[in-house]
Amino acid sequence: MGNSLNAWSEALAGFYLFGLPLGLVIIAAIPLVFIALYSLTYGVYGERKISAFMQDRLGPMEVGKWGILQTIADILKLLQKEDIVPTSADKFLFVVGPGILFVGSFLAFAVLPFSPAFIGASLNVGLFYAIGIVAIEVVGILAAGWGSNNKWSLYGAVRSVAQIVSYEIPAAIALLCGAMMAGTLDMQKITMLQSGTYGFAHFYLFHSPIAWLPFLIYFIASLAEVNRAPFDIPEAESELVAGYFTEYSGMKFAVIFLAEYGSMFMVSAIISIVFLGGWNSPLPNLGAIALNDWTTGPVWGAFWIISKGFFFIFVQMWLRWTLPRLRVDQLMYLCWKVLTPFAFVSFVLTAIWEIYIP
Amino acid sequence: MQELDTAGLGSVRVTRQSDKVVIIEKDLATEQMVLAMGPQHPSTHGVLKLECLTDGEVITEAEPCLGYLHRCFEKCCENVDYPAVVPYTDRLDYLAGMNSEFAYAITVEKLLDIEIPRRVEFIRVIVAELNRIASHLVAIGTYGIDLGAFTPFLFCFRDREIILGLLEWASGARMLYNYIWVGGLAYDVPADFLTRVKEFVNYFRPKALELCNLLTENEIFVKRTWGIGIMPADVAINYGWSGPMLRGSGVKWDLRRNDPYSIYPELDFKVPVPDGKHSVIGDCLSRHLVRAWEMDESLKIIEQCIDKMPSAEGFNSRSAIPKRIRPKAGEVYGRAENPRGELGFYIESDGKSTKPLRCKARSSCFVNLSAMKDLSKGQLIPDLVAIIGSIDIVLGEVDR
Repeated sequence: MGNSLNAWSEALAGFYLFGLPLGLVIIAAIPLVFIALYSLTYGVYGERKISAFMQDRLGPMEVGKWGILQTIADILKLLQKEDIVPTSADKFLFVVGPGILFVGSFLAFAVLPFSPAFIGASLNVGLFYAIGIVAIEVVGILAAGWGSNNKWSLYGAVRSVAQIVSYEIPAAIALLCGAMMAGTLDMQKITMLQSGTYGFAHFYLFHSPIAWLPFLIYFIASLAEVNRAPFDIPEAESELVAGYFTEYSGMKFAVIFLAEYGSMFMVSAIISIVFLGGWNSPLPNLGAIALNDWTTGPVWGAFWIISKGFFFIFVQMWLRWTLPRLRVDQLMYLCWKVLTPFAFVSFVLTAIWEIYIP
Repeated sequence: MQELDTAGLGSVRVTRQSDKVVIIEKDLATEQMVLAMGPQHPSTHGVLKLECLTDGEVITEAEPCLGYLHRCFEKCCENVDYPAVVPYTDRLDYLAGMNSEFAYAITVEKLLDIEIPRRVEFIRVIVAELNRIASHLVAIGTYGIDLGAFTPFLFCFRDREIILGLLEWASGARMLYNYIWVGGLAYDVPADFLTRVKEFVNYFRPKALELCNLLTENEIFVKRTWGIGIMPADVAINYGWSGPMLRGSGVKWDLRRNDPYSIYPELDFKVPVPDGKHSVIGDCLSRHLVRAWEMDESLKIIEQCIDKMPSAEGFNSRSAIPKRIRPKAGEVYGRAENPRGELGFYIESDGKSTKPLRCKARSSCFVNLSAMKDLSKGQLIPDLVAIIGSIDIVLGEVDR
């Protein structure tokens, strides 16, 4: 089995199209796509179950044991639905919008190190790429909202763009604090610098006394970036019906939905990588009991980063089902008058710490 | 080169090249947009339609369009006997059927001038107050949804379910009860009903506190409602507001106190009004708080009624129900304090018929909603949603 798989992957690696190593790209992409799809399938399932338990309900129970196949059933249902394009919609933008959104949220997966042995593309500007590529989503949202030719969609799109563009600033500055602590933008290197026998003590969250501030700022800003409560004003269902995807149905809706959960996992993975050690085990070596050594390795690495990602997804859901929604102006107030100044403060303090305290 | 002024779009400078018009410069102006909010909109609480004129996110004008749920209540009443109106009243404010029946029953009883057994009065008050709590739970829960908090809604519905179960046990129906009849009740309450109600009261007190912690004391919730949609007391009175809306503006007006009916004068309860410390008087938060406080008072009323309840011995809930209702010629206006305000019935009888000559319902929601235009001017869309939610309309009662 192992040998045939090797032979298969070697054959694929040797596959060139127009002189491009397409096979290599596919080999890297397959696990990524699987990780992404699994994370979001069970992200959706988790959302339903967690919200259900918070609200004294059971949630999905019918499809499979404890409704575990509910998301798959939902996707199958959405696939079969009629693909409606409103007559007055701008057809090109309407169709292209969800695609851009989906691609934008999935492209960032390329630079996420899922284990010491696996990263889609080990860019030396990985973090910068991850921050930048998320901004593509804005184009998709605007295309979807404008192309729908619906007033609610337009409101949702405009709100969303304003929100994402604003919140990228504190988010990026907060991540820069992490990059400063590491001295590199390479995601794999950032992770490796946080490994050590003391486990969690090496994580950048505990690197300096002010590291919790950029961590918190990035977490709050990432909530806004992926349009999650309490910053879900672009799709505020009680105000804007469904925001920029009001007119979408069937698979296009599913694609938008999956993109949203994909970006949820993506920001959760980024915060785990930059501040919580990525694939590093949080367990310390306790003398002879080498917990850290036992729980380190390629497979353990994937386990740790996915667990950390899911933990942050859980916190996002927890907040969503607890908090009401902010108003547009309050959202902007929080971004420009609270988060951005504090992000600068944490940036300066981190720089001072890095320069003067070895 | 010439300048064209296109209506509302700002001026456009164009030039002619051979036979084509080429735009060289556009001076863009913003335009107001008409936004039809509803009748299919998640936060208009049914089929209300608001035609908003918006400038960006700011509402410059909002006009409520009613009538999507008009069911000719008043005309129907003219064609059925007096007792047969009761099921129709359930469908006015379908979240507070007991209270609507209660209002109708006391109106006709006033017209007939009949004496009601005391136990009937107590049971009426208990079921009406239970229904008031259920109704306020819906109001508070859906208000949470309007502001983006979903979980309190389901907490509210979980507790409301218990009340609906109790009322179903007594009347046989979950929402449209047809339980309070003119002159009595359809049935006496089941044995053990009062113990169960008492159990509910004990169960609900901590749950109400939990709800308060989760929603009312939430920083974001307070920020979203504090100082939004302020209605001064004098304007509220001029609009004819009543119920929690009027009390939210600081006017201590409760028909159970100010125009007492049934056994309310014997009961000890407070009329909660905002004190200006927890909220700005007259804003959305005040109205929300008044509802939350009222639930507490209703629990007190229920407890007192259970303690004072006359025994069921030799009691027939239908003993005072007239065989045939044919009132003397005349007219009467009876009113009761519903969860949403004053529900009044104006009934006119010609003295010959067993059917009312005219039966007009004065619905609180309709009157409360009429202030929408004033309240919404210059607000943001999210605030408009908060204001509609705080008015707590039931379209069944608005349109009738």
